[in-house]
Amino acid sequence: MSILLDEKTRVIVLGITGGEGTFHAGKMIEYGTRVVAGMTPGKGGTNHLGVPVFNTVAEAAAAVGVDAAAIFVPPFAAADAIMECADAGLGLVVCITEGIPTFDMLKVKTYLRGKPVALIGPNTPGIISPGKAKIGIMPGPIHKPGTIGIISRSGTLTYEAVQQVSQQGYGQSTAVGIGGDPIVGLKYIELLELFKRDPGTEAVILIGEIGGTAEDEAAAYIRASFPKPVVGFIAGQTAPPGRRMGHAGAIIAGGKGTAQEKMDALRAAGVRVAVSPADIGIELRRALTRAA
Amino acid sequence: MKIHEFQAKQILARFGVRVPRGEVAETPEAARAIAERIGPRVVVKAQIHAGGRGKGGGVKLAATPAEAEALAGRMIGMQLVTHQTGPEGKRVQRVLVEEALEIARELYLGLVIDRAREAAVLMASTEGGVEIEKVAAETPERIFKEYVDPATGLLGFQARKLAFKLGLEGEALKQAQKFIGGLYRAFEGTDASLAEINPLLVTKQGDVLALDAKMNFDDNALGRHPDIQAMRDLSEESPLEIEASKYNLNYIKLDGNVGCMVNGAGLAMATMDIIKYAGGMPANFLDVGGGVTEEAVTNAFRILVSDPDVKGALINIFGGIVRCDMIANGVVKSARALGTKIPVVIRLEGTNVDLGKRILAESGLAFSSADSMREAAERIVALVKETDPRSLP
Repeated sequence: MSILLDEKTRVIVLGITGGEGTFHAGKMIEYGTRVVAGMTPGKGGTNHLGVPVFNTVAEAAAAVGVDAAAIFVPPFAAADAIMECADAGLGLVVCITEGIPTFDMLKVKTYLRGKPVALIGPNTPGIISPGKAKIGIMPGPIHKPGTIGIISRSGTLTYEAVQQVSQQGYGQSTAVGIGGDPIVGLKYIELLELFKRDPGTEAVILIGEIGGTAEDEAAAYIRASFPKPVVGFIAGQTAPPGRRMGHAGAIIAGGKGTAQEKMDALRAAGVRVAVSPADIGIELRRALTRAA
Repeated sequence: MKIHEFQAKQILARFGVRVPRGEVAETPEAARAIAERIGPRVVVKAQIHAGGRGKGGGVKLAATPAEAEALAGRMIGMQLVTHQTGPEGKRVQRVLVEEALEIARELYLGLVIDRAREAAVLMASTEGGVEIEKVAAETPERIFKEYVDPATGLLGFQARKLAFKLGLEGEALKQAQKFIGGLYRAFEGTDASLAEINPLLVTKQGDVLALDAKMNFDDNALGRHPDIQAMRDLSEESPLEIEASKYNLNYIKLDGNVGCMVNGAGLAMATMDIIKYAGGMPANFLDVGGGVTEEAVTNAFRILVSDPDVKGALINIFGGIVRCDMIANGVVKSARALGTKIPVVIRLEGTNVDLGKRILAESGLAFSSADSMREAAERIVALVKETDPRSLP
């Protein structure tokens, strides 16, 4: 089983005719994702990668029926693209774009309030339900179907975790990158809720990093109402305060958002925390051995 | 991006926020001329990108233009040390010369983005002139907050509420509302990530002005604010960091001696952590990013090893979009050109990993290859300890 995305999900790719859009839409199709449409304003009526291209998302939704979107448009146009997808009634929007201004995202989150749409990202590698479908830029072949859910704020560090999970003989139900920006769509709690309800997910790996309080909020939720085993890792234990560590969201500000605080909060919630990033897989094995 | 106090005040003034009369001087003579125009009593303020300037001797009152000239002469060119600059301090290149005002009250106003509430939050406090973190920890009841709905912007009643809570009345109440409204418009209008007025000054006549001002900006939005981008002061940034930004590399200099080069910010932070876990100290954060080219990799390696503190380098790549063979080619090319002597441990994984490893093996360079993050970190730390035993903790 999986959450949010499977082999039946009908996907539209925004920015499909651009360089990145073309490359990754091709990889998504290759992986088995059901890409049914593309959208690039002004290129409506053409075909690209064997799918019809539309001028607007609403037009595509009416013509072919779409459930989800992958967004590969430039940063200053991406907020608008997210809202267009919500307006067209899509249930899942995955925004890969990096570099969207924070104020644009504040407007997006306000606009999405009360609408039945799940936003993943921005600045995310995307979401993959191994063996079924992927919406994003993660390498498909390192994943394998299984029972471990993964929620992460970063890209390549998630691949590292995926590989360690595989080395321990497990696979993934769904792996989700929530994005490295200060303001993102779904966060840990919403995704933990989905994993809680998914009978195909046995345990969850939660990968966080310095900055903000999302991991602390997740810890409080896990403590109160998450019954499955959770393994955690927080990147940035050696990061200096006041410096933005690559991700716009990864900054220790005003003494808040340190790795230590987050690790302590997760431990207090019963999460097995890997201190070294090399131990994520081993901690998962220990957590599952204990649970069994 | 950070800017100087005088630049923040220029921006605020454009949005109708009242600031003291003042001008910037790069020489003592210019400081004197400004004091003659707006003084005679002025405040001379060193302009560096760091707080705590007053305690470090970077803010002084001058009773006469001659005194202003003398103070500016002492400040310009000095290494100003504050709790935010590190022990080496920052070189003062210019001073702000401002009219000296009669202080009745010192208050605090600040605007930041609250990530959990997903809104800008305006904070006001009666405790001006002190660090707000200290107030928040010791007397949180003296901080008043208003969250701003992104759809409407700051509303009139919110500014009024805060002005009343600050205990203002009469002329000061009127001016504070205007000030707060302008401050929010400046914050939103420039895509700022921080706007802080500390202290906010109330004079005996009821005038409300920004005695100090600090603004930081969202790097992602600078593309639509060329005027703000033009305020970037490269002399405030580290030369290696400026060099790295030319190739879209995210590089931050740290205190250790094990250099590292990684793709992805999260994995880069985790690599720093595992170096520490293995008993070493990272010399930098370096994320080459997802769209990296061979040319950028070549430059990344050059920048990494050009730091004299670096006694060994760890390259950790998990190829997704980034191909391991491209990374290997870039590193080999760079190491050959530079004649790199320090130990280098490389861990490649993911897309085209076998090809990448072959390129490294056939290069004839003394690189050491590792199969996991742990192995890579333990090996580089051991190698660095052999060559540079004194510099490890």
